[in-house]
Amino acid sequence: MTEQTKNQRFKIMVLPHLNAAYNLARWLTRDDQDAEDVTQEACLRAFKFFDSFRGEQGRAWLLGIVRNTFYTRLQKNRGRELNTPFDEESHSLESQDPDTPCGNPESILSRHDDLKQLNGALESLPVEFREAVVLKDLEDLSYKEIADVMAVPIGTVMSRLARGRKLLRACLANMKQGDDDGM
Amino acid sequence: MECKETLELLPAHVDRELGLPESMEIERHLKTCPPCRAEYAEQLALRAAIRKDVTYFNVPGHLESRIEAALPSAPAHRLLPAKRDWNWSAMGAALVSIVAVAWSISLYLALPSAEDRLADEVVSSHVRSLLTSHGVDVASSDRHTVKPWFNGKLSFSPPVYDLTTEGFPLVGGRLDYLDHRPVAALVYRHRQHIIDLFVAPATGNKNDTVPGSLSIQGYHLVRWAHGGMVFWAVSDVEPAQLGKFRETLLTHMTGS
Repeated sequence: MTEQTKNQRFKIMVLPHLNAAYNLARWLTRDDQDAEDVTQEACLRAFKFFDSFRGEQGRAWLLGIVRNTFYTRLQKNRGRELNTPFDEESHSLESQDPDTPCGNPESILSRHDDLKQLNGALESLPVEFREAVVLKDLEDLSYKEIADVMAVPIGTVMSRLARGRKLLRACLANMKQGDDDGM
Repeated sequence: MECKETLELLPAHVDRELGLPESMEIERHLKTCPPCRAEYAEQLALRAAIRKDVTYFNVPGHLESRIEAALPSAPAHRLLPAKRDWNWSAMGAALVSIVAVAWSISLYLALPSAEDRLADEVVSSHVRSLLTSHGVDVASSDRHTVKPWFNGKLSFSPPVYDLTTEGFPLVGGRLDYLDHRPVAALVYRHRQHIIDLFVAPATGNKNDTVPGSLSIQGYHLVRWAHGGMVFWAVSDVEPAQLGKFRETLLTHMTGS
């Protein structure tokens, strides 16, 4: 493949998924600027590895690279979220403080706004659960595709989705409770 | 099926990831078990709420252009010293395009000139969309997403069909400009090829309604009129496939 056809093929087959790439990056980083950096770096990496791309599931392929880029940067920057290695048990519902299942409910500006409540609740999930919910409910990938993107078995995808959604519900219920108490 | 097993499989049931036998067993259990049924309703409601209310962040325009500019591009490649060994596939491709251009010129000369200009515009628009990655403004294979997207942007509503089962999945749509007026461009895919379908209301010009096909620079065009609309399909697929694409669309248009 010459550089020129590679460039054209890349633009036709991969760049249409830029919205999906940015959306995942934005939900992983929770920051506009970081999301832009991750998306751009991921696209350049994708271009580098484009020769190994077989033309199947371009969106899942690109999302996998976005995710890897994010975790690589996180490790480099010694970010908060990976300082403690991920452990399924420590993130289980039982170990969550029953008063603040959302981590930091104060960050949610308007408690009366369903949209902001849901966004805030999803933002507060540990990243492993957050990415599973984003890939399923926003990107509508199949379990198999999510397993490929996250490089874990399908069973792990199922358990992370189930836990993520349970945490979301607990978080939303807690916000409602906060509303009622506060009024 | 017991409650425990049902609750374990419920998320996968909500996501429609289970096989038919398991789904049927769960449905059977839900009919007889109010607590599991309530849990199922909660999970469905949460899924619907996330899909409806959670923000989907679209890529900012400046980032899109920044990424395109950052990609290693063809002109930079040309600055490299020439290689000694011939690139035979490129030579072959060049030969094919010379033949194609020669052949298309012969077809091209036989057409009236107003039509030439429009055909040129159609091909340019198609090629430009491929080069700039401005393929679609609305990316969706769901015609109920693509069709309403044109509301308020055009003075007509283009017919939109998803032809996935016939081998031409719908990729999305965009606004384009042809013959001094805004038109709908619907984007379909056939294997690795992109097919652009331009749709505009017929102008009353008699050339509009004459069906025809031609090739320009290796791109094939098919034009036809139906239901007061003019259609231009353009792509680098085989002319036979483009013909099939047109037939498939016409079947849908007359069938519904």
